[in-house]
Order: sequence, then structure tokens, then C-alpha cells
Amino acid sequence: MLELKNISYSVDDKDILQDINLTIDDRFVAITGPNGSGKSTLIKIIMGLITPTTGRIYLDGQDITDLPINERANLGISYAFQQPVHFKGLRVRDLLELASKDKYDFKAACNILSEVGLCARDYIDRELNSTLSGGEMKRIEIAMTAARGSKLSLFDEPEAGIDLWSFQSLIHIFEKLYAKTSGSIVIISHQERILNIADKIIYLKDGRIEKYAGRDEVLTSIDINLAEPGCSLLTEKGPRQDQNCR
Amino acid sequence: MDAMQKHLLKEVAALDALPVGAYNIRSNGEKAARNTTANIDIVTKDDKPGIDIIIKPGTKNESVHIPVIISQSGLKEVVYNDFFIGEDCDVTIVAGCGISNCGGIGDSRHDGIHSFFVKKNSKVRYIEKHYGEGDGRAKRLMNPTTVVELEEGAVMEMDTSQIGGIDDTLRVTKAKLGENATLLIHDKILTDGDQKATADIQVDMEGDGGSCDIISRGVAKNESYQEVILGITGNAACNGHAECDSIIMDNGVILATPALKAMNVEASLIHEAAIGKIAGDQLNKLMTLGLSEKEAEERIIQGFLR
Ligand SMILES: Nc1ncnc2c1ncn2[C@@H]1O[C@H](COP(=O)(O)OP(=O)(O)O)[C@@H](O)[C@H]1O
Ligand SMILES: [Mg+2]
Repeated sequence: MLELKNISYSVDDKDILQDINLTIDDRFVAITGPNGSGKSTLIKIIMGLITPTTGRIYLDGQDITDLPINERANLGISYAFQQPVHFKGLRVRDLLELASKDKYDFKAACNILSEVGLCARDYIDRELNSTLSGGEMKRIEIAMTAARGSKLSLFDEPEAGIDLWSFQSLIHIFEKLYAKTSGSIVIISHQERILNIADKIIYLKDGRIEKYAGRDEVLTSIDINLAEPGCSLLTEKGPRQDQNCR
Repeated sequence: MDAMQKHLLKEVAALDALPVGAYNIRSNGEKAARNTTANIDIVTKDDKPGIDIIIKPGTKNESVHIPVIISQSGLKEVVYNDFFIGEDCDVTIVAGCGISNCGGIGDSRHDGIHSFFVKKNSKVRYIEKHYGEGDGRAKRLMNPTTVVELEEGAVMEMDTSQIGGIDDTLRVTKAKLGENATLLIHDKILTDGDQKATADIQVDMEGDGGSCDIISRGVAKNESYQEVILGITGNAACNGHAECDSIIMDNGVILATPALKAMNVEASLIHEAAIGKIAGDQLNKLMTLGLSEKEAEERIIQGFLR
């Protein structure tokens, strides 16, 4: 269970998040809201990439506000970045190995790549450099978080760069991750198909929680412009899963 | 060989025992072991220190190891090794120098001058590793020079690295490429403390259809200083690419100087250079996978210099 108490964050007198209070204990929690409303900032505060100006964060009752990123990771939080990071010289297998720690085995890594629609044979030894497309990077990022299997998984717009065909696969990944961890999965998304699997939805606007309730209640009470044009432009065709590749 | 010499041999040549194939092991200025094969001969020079390695035309899938180890403080040497590689060969050459001068008072220094004469259509893979260790009182110095001459259609792939422990180094590589010859260089340097390293790589493309790709990666930690000079001269219809990529840490300094000279209108030369600290988002990403900041840094550098 994750609790945020009076979390605020401001930069140069600009309030980016204001007095956020929430508890996350459900299976799937979606965070939605207009661009710039503070969704990514909120997730970065939970993971420890950003230090809030005020407020405290508790994971299963433990105050983690002052813990560095890696200690939070080791307590059971993982995070798939909105913008995946390139590494010269580190390969997909290196990161999957780090992600899954002692649970790593080659076959599991291949399976997880197949689940994100990438043929393991073609990708496992690729470097995470700029020769990978945005969509490929995004899928590898999701694979890493899935491989980690933490009790709290945070996904920042996982659908960007993934074509419609793989939506169902993406949802399948979340379901499998839940089956493995019985934890909570938090997904920032604008996509109706993702919001539809959420138990609860947080609607953020101008750095405040405008609504946090069950899915149906939030979806009916607020006119959310789901398919923001800026986001659909980001989608791109990635390579299809090769059936012979397992 | 004592335990220290064996340890150095493992560091520079990844050898636990004597290698298969031809080899010449030089230890503390003297020949410690040698083996020749039906196709590869090794002969001690009589006019200056060093050896000639003569590889018969058509030799395929054979290797030569010529590691140099120095475990004696105060030893200084200049060694000339010449490789004569006949036509149509496909061989691997592993060189390297390890210096350990723990507890010593005199500086140890090895200057190796390696020349490669590669005949038509031969393929050479060359691996060279430089390594030093000690307690810091006596310096460890290395100045390797590599001269490469590739005849028509010859291919040479060089993988050279200096990953720590060398106080001062000037690494010079000079290559001349004939028609349709190909040269690939991967050079890696890590400096720490107050070490200094200069790498000067000059490639002359003399024949049409030649191509070269130089990739240099450097990491400068603490107060260390690195200079990288990458020069390509295109005298014919050729393709040249040089990439210099560096990470600076602490107060490290890196000076990268690209130089492209096109002497033929059909020469196409490209240079890319980048210097910067480790990106914050790279550290963050690895920390989200459970690594401490220090571990993340090490992992990033390890990958970068792989
Ligand atoms: N370091 C920063 N300095 C100034 N403004 C920032 C900084 N980080 C984020 N912001 C601003 O905070 C707001 C929220 O950003 P973000 O959390 O990325 O929004 P979202 O993910 O909802 O699109 C935006 O207006 C953004 O420009
Ligand atoms: Mg965002």
C-alpha cells in the first residue's frame, strides 16, 4: 500500500503539484489528465527521482520520503519511464538481467521480450543505443518493469509507441504482472482501453487531484478528452511478433 | 613463472595456461616461452630487441599470442615486433603488456613498436590490452606505437584498450590503406587519479575503395587527462568514419581533436565527437533497477568501454 500525505512540489514559485493526498491499494490504478497536469512528476516523486517540496510518502506504512531511488526499488517499487533511456554499450540482456536480479534466466528474458512483441533472438543482444526506434525502446522499457515484478509498478504512458494490435498484449502483461505480484500497478494513460481495465482512476488537473474514485464514476463524471491529438501522433508501427521465434 | 607473472598474463591475454598455436612470452625483458607452428615462425631480431613474426600465405584460423609482462621495478625497455602476414591469411594476433611494480622504487616502462605488413586479401584480428598495477610509488609507463600497412583487399580489425593502472602513455597508431582495404579500430581508454593518456591515430587512405572506421571511447576520472587525436586523410575514392565518444567524471579533462583531410573529390570522410558526463537519466534508470549511484556509474562505464 502506498500513501502520499500533503505532497506538494514547486519550482521557481510555480506550483506543479499541490497538496496531493492519496492511498493506492488496488490492483490497477490509472492516472489521467491533460498534458502538463503533473502526472509524470507525481510518479517521479513516488520513485524518488524528484524530491517533493513538502509532504511524506509511505510504502506499507514505512516512511520512504528520504530514501534514494535504489532503496525504494529494493523495497518493491519499479518504474517504466515515459522516455526510455539510451545506453551506449549496454545490451537488452544486460538490463533485463539487472532488472530481474537473481531471478534472471535466459529463457525468462526471451519470454518477456516475446510478450512485448519483440523477437528475442533479434533483440536480446542489441545495444540500447539510438539504433532502436522509440517504439522498440518503449517495449523494452515495459519488459524491464515486467521482469522486475515489484509489488508496486509504475508505468508512464506505456501505450505511446505501441500500435493498436499490441494493446491487448499490453493489458495481458499487466494482468500477468498482477498474477505474479498481487501488488498494485499504476499506469499513466490517456487511452480509453487502458482506463477501462482500471479499478480506480485518478484525474489530475493543474497539479491537483480533481477526482479519485472507481473507474465508472470517474469516466462518467468528467469529460476527459482521451484521445489527445498530441498523443496519437506518437504511435508508430513496431515490428510484429514473429510466430517462429520462440 | 611466479604467481605475479601468471596473474599479469591473465590480465593482458586472458591466459590461464600456455596458449594454443604460436606464442612468444616476454617476461622482465627476456624471452620466457616461445612456440612456432608449421605456418607461423617467430624469430628473435639480431639488430635490436624484438621479434619478427612471419605468417605463411594462406594461413587460416591460427593465432599468435605475444604478451609482455613486467613485474620488476625499474625495468625500462623498447621492443620492436614486426609482423609479416602473407596473402590470403585469416589470423588472430593477441598482444598486450602488463606491468606490476608493487613496493618498487623505480619507474617501469615498456615501449612496444608493432608493425604489421599485411599482404593482399589477408584478414587480421588484432587484440591489444594494456594493464598496470602497483602501490603508486613507482610509475608505470607505456608508449605503444602501431604501424599498419594494408595491401589490396586486406582487412584489419583492431581492438585496443588501456583500462587502468598506466600513469603515462602516448599511443600512436599509423595506418596506410591500399585499394579496397578495410581498417576497423576500437580503442578504449580509462584514466584515473592523475594519469595522462594521449592517443594519436592517423589513417592514410591511399587506394580506391578503401574504408576505415575508427571508434574511440574514453573515460577520464578524478584529475586525469586524455587527449585523443583522430586523423583521416583520403587520397583516393574512399570512405572514412571516425567517432570519438568520451565520458568525463570528477575533474577529468578530455581534449578531442578530429582532423579530416580530403585530397580526392571522391573521398567521403565523417567525424563525430562527443564529450560529457554520465547522463543523469542513465544513473536514475539503473538506480530504479536497484543499483546504488556508485554501482550504476560503474555499470555504465563498464558497458561504455566494453
Ligand atoms: N524541472 C522543472 N522545472 C520547471 N517546470 C517543470 C519541471 N518539471 C516539470 N515541469 C512542469 O510541470 C508540469 C507538469 O509536468 P509533467 O509532470 O511532466 O506533466 P504530465 O506528465 O502530466 O504531462 C508541466 O507544466 C511542466 O512543464
Ligand atoms: Mg508525462
